[in-house]
Amino acid sequence: MVEKLMKYADAVKQYEPVFGLETHVELSTNTKLFCPAHIEFGGDPNTQLTPVSLGLPGSLPVLNEAAVDYAIKLGLALHCEIAEWSQFARKNYFYPDMPRDYQISQYDKPTNGNGYLDVELEDGTVFRVDIERAHIEDDAGKNTHIGGADGRIEGADHSLVDYNRAGVPLIEIVTKPITNAGDRAPEIAGAYMRAIRDIVRALNISHARMEQGNMRADVNVSLRPKGSTELGTRSETKNVNSFRAIEKTMQYEIRRQAAILSAGGEILQETRHWDESTQSTAGGRVKSDADDYRYFPDPDLVMLHITQDHIERLKAQMPEMPRERKNRLQQEWQFNDLEMRDIINADALDLIEDTVKAGATAAGAKKWWLGELSRAANNQEITLEELRVTPTDVAQVEKLISDGALNDKLAKQTMNFVLEGEGTPEEIVEKHGFKVVSDDSALLQAVDEAFAQNPDVVEKLKSGNMKPMGVIIGAVMKATRGQADAKAVTKIVMDKLK
Amino acid sequence: MSEVQEIVKLSAAQMAAKIRSKEISSRELVEAHMQVIESAEPTIKAFLKVSADEALAQADAFDQKLSRGETQDLPELAGVPIAIKDMIVTKGIETTAASKILEGWIPPYDATVIEKLKAAGMPLLGKTNLDEFAQGSSTEHSAYQTTHNPWNTDCVPGGSGGGSASAVAAFEAPLALGTDTGGSIRQPGALTGTVGVKPTYGAVSRFGAIAMASSLDQIGPVSRTVLDSALLQEVIGGNDRRDSTSIPMPVPALAQAAREGMKRDLKGLKVGLVKELSGEGFQPGVEARFNESVKLLEAMGAEVVEVSCPHFPYALGAYYIIMPSEVSSNLARYDGMRYGLRVMPPADVPQTAANMMSYTREAGFGDEVKRRIILGTYALSAGYYDAWYGSAQKVRTLIIEDFNKAFEQVDVLISPTSPTTAFHFGEKMDDPVAMYMNDVATIPANLAGVPAMSIPSGLSDDGMPTGIQFIAPQKHDEVLYKPAAALEAALEESWNGPIWQSMNTPWLDGLHK
Amino acid sequence: MPTFTREEIQHLGDLARIALTDEEITRLQSELNVIAESINKVQEVASDDVQPTANPVPLEAYLRPDVAQTPLTQEEATAAAPKTSNGMFVAPRILGEE
Repeated sequence: MVEKLMKYADAVKQYEPVFGLETHVELSTNTKLFCPAHIEFGGDPNTQLTPVSLGLPGSLPVLNEAAVDYAIKLGLALHCEIAEWSQFARKNYFYPDMPRDYQISQYDKPTNGNGYLDVELEDGTVFRVDIERAHIEDDAGKNTHIGGADGRIEGADHSLVDYNRAGVPLIEIVTKPITNAGDRAPEIAGAYMRAIRDIVRALNISHARMEQGNMRADVNVSLRPKGSTELGTRSETKNVNSFRAIEKTMQYEIRRQAAILSAGGEILQETRHWDESTQSTAGGRVKSDADDYRYFPDPDLVMLHITQDHIERLKAQMPEMPRERKNRLQQEWQFNDLEMRDIINADALDLIEDTVKAGATAAGAKKWWLGELSRAANNQEITLEELRVTPTDVAQVEKLISDGALNDKLAKQTMNFVLEGEGTPEEIVEKHGFKVVSDDSALLQAVDEAFAQNPDVVEKLKSGNMKPMGVIIGAVMKATRGQADAKAVTKIVMDKLK
Repeated sequence: MSEVQEIVKLSAAQMAAKIRSKEISSRELVEAHMQVIESAEPTIKAFLKVSADEALAQADAFDQKLSRGETQDLPELAGVPIAIKDMIVTKGIETTAASKILEGWIPPYDATVIEKLKAAGMPLLGKTNLDEFAQGSSTEHSAYQTTHNPWNTDCVPGGSGGGSASAVAAFEAPLALGTDTGGSIRQPGALTGTVGVKPTYGAVSRFGAIAMASSLDQIGPVSRTVLDSALLQEVIGGNDRRDSTSIPMPVPALAQAAREGMKRDLKGLKVGLVKELSGEGFQPGVEARFNESVKLLEAMGAEVVEVSCPHFPYALGAYYIIMPSEVSSNLARYDGMRYGLRVMPPADVPQTAANMMSYTREAGFGDEVKRRIILGTYALSAGYYDAWYGSAQKVRTLIIEDFNKAFEQVDVLISPTSPTTAFHFGEKMDDPVAMYMNDVATIPANLAGVPAMSIPSGLSDDGMPTGIQFIAPQKHDEVLYKPAAALEAALEESWNGPIWQSMNTPWLDGLHK
Repeated sequence: MPTFTREEIQHLGDLARIALTDEEITRLQSELNVIAESINKVQEVASDDVQPTANPVPLEAYLRPDVAQTPLTQEEATAAAPKTSNGMFVAPRILGEE
């Protein structure tokens, strides 16, 4: 079914979007939220289970200390009030991937409430997103659907269930309804998610890899006529798992709902799904009274008491937050906003910082990571961090250049060998005998030979046409196996032409 | 010792003493009880599963340890065998909670209490019958069999722990474990003339006890003497980090309190008679025996006063909201996915996971369990939560306050355990409310988490046993044991021996070693 | 005073995933109404000034150190399953969303 869409610009001219995000962040604890089963991405199915995470009769949950600490740290980073007493409830519903057929989640007494996050947009505008709560809950297992088209649930004949993920701790960060975003709503949503990602990474509480499902968001969108203060009916698009998809979901829902409302229609309160292949959201289940989760305090767990001492201890462990860090580094490195944004978008901030710490200049470090190395990562379809080159390697190459031991060309060759895993830059220089030749007699001979082989070029140079200079330098380089110092060669050529 | 009869009629403490003096081995004890089980089971039907091989292997292991002199660190009951209510998970031994939905389930782990029994060298004789998922007061709701009361095999043994109570009463086991959510240890104790204790909530780990209603469930001892229960609770009690509701405190000196009580001196003890747990609905024979016990307590120096717990009349109502609510959630996991029964829908119904779950649960659960799940689902559902579950949780607070006020006035409370003696099979099966009334006196202790114990108080006009209940403040289980042991001693003196002397035990006739 | 209608009991059966038969619904309807009547009186004393109690013994949560212990093997985990395939639990066709 093709849905009618209004042009985005027209939609946001007529309607004010109101949206909210429920972001699930998988915590990177060693063990599960309520049992000591280890957590490992990609292990054999059903090998990360205790009687508790398999929901065996008689098993009981016991809360993981690290998960609580991680949650409090995130609460502190989001400027939340940390509740002295919080409680876990049971959310009752049947689903094959849920070992107990209820989820244990904080309900009316969450650990973190009432916070905010200042989100910086591309143009430097800072937008404050109010946080309603950030509560702790456990994840479900994973279903693999068999017999349908490309593993989708529709048309599948049966499903295979792996409970390894069941019981992995999650924090669900719920924003308050965001009402004043206007036409920038999608951008704000995306920037908010990136900011959350950066924070959980800085806190080292999650792997925060969206592609592995460590982070996923439910996107709630409604529209209201401009000037109205009433909230419209919202749609909820579940489990959106990339930054781009979040922005596109927002745009799509705004356009879809605007088309319906302007035609006098009504928005269904329903859950939807973002479909990457069609670049659209698809309708799912209409909310009904079947969604009666019968929450009640989990009688197997008791109240979680968080003392002020506990909070202070964690406060002392808090690292610098991403925005503050970015601003500080920008100052130190003397980059402009655009340069800084490129670095952040390339996920190179940590790498550049470490490279600078290892002795390189900020400009030198940036040149490598955003240039040669970004291309290499792109070609290999991996992240910068996954390259076989470390910030120390980059700093070493930079030092060899500044010491005059390598020229640009040799430096690139050296880096390529590092990328291939041959060793450190120094080892490679040693092994391949890379050395800039600036010894005049050797160069003079090579220049003489180049002149002899290219009389026509020499003619042009003599007549003042400097364009073919590269031919001579190229020939010298070839003769010296790339080790000539290009500046020295140019000087000799110029001297000879005089 | 030659006669099986003589051996099995010993108390667990006496058996333990004979083990230590090497008059008897653990293997001989297991074998003697296996003989009784074989002879008694056709009429009593207390066991769902007899684990003779495992028990004998455990006994042999213990006997070898004893011969090597390596048992001095073990508890007093070391080597004495025990039966386990089939609500408690035993590694490698089928555990069903008497439900078809768990038929054939062999757990891959042991409950904490089972680990402790094994560490104590106490052989496991087998798994005893119960009302399905411990839901009932007569053991008639077992999906497998009906357990008979050894005092009159036409009568129920009470429930839900009728199997454990009958096994101990019939000398098939010297000791057993039960679980008590609203009286499932104490009420069968009263109906079979045995001792049953529900410890303080959190005093014994629930890890591995199949959950019925988590905030009410508690594992406890079943025995023929007060001292035996004390010794057993000392083995199974204590803090367990695998149970978040387990209390971080050491086990009180329970056996010492029981032995102290056997001196029959209760001077200085204030006993409160709960006004609300008497009168209407209580069988005259039950009240008569209860009043005689009160006289005996007074004769030993205790001061008995009447106390009022004005909110107890609301306890049954609150219980029948909280319990089914927790049941509805705790029993959700039996969905045909990971263990136990799976029933696919009939051919004209879509073969979906959701329908598989619905037909599995329809076929796998019995009537009483379904009744409670539906009731609990209702009590928790949006729109009714505050009026039902919320109100019940408030009544719970009021009951706790009643207890607190009562314990400001007295040391220990008493009441009849059950309003009636054992009734005939089928008598209350079609009247759930009448069945629920059985637990009217035992429920308040579960709601408040306080410890309580039932001991035999005599026989009613119908020749069936009656029970008296002691209730103590939270975390003070030792307070139960002293007066209970004192009363037990006084009563046995008045009866010229244990109550079971009046019981016919044809299944013990002619048993020789 | 709540009274249970057939539709309500059917709906509760759906929520609780129990395929109740017509006969069971009829019986449950009369039984539940009697039970409801007898437990309804809790509301008489549950006034606003009374705090609810969830756990009878007040305790603070014990926090478990984040240290892994030996898990069940795949064989142990799946041994009791009605249906498995390659170490996974098999579910019939799942309708609805994830």
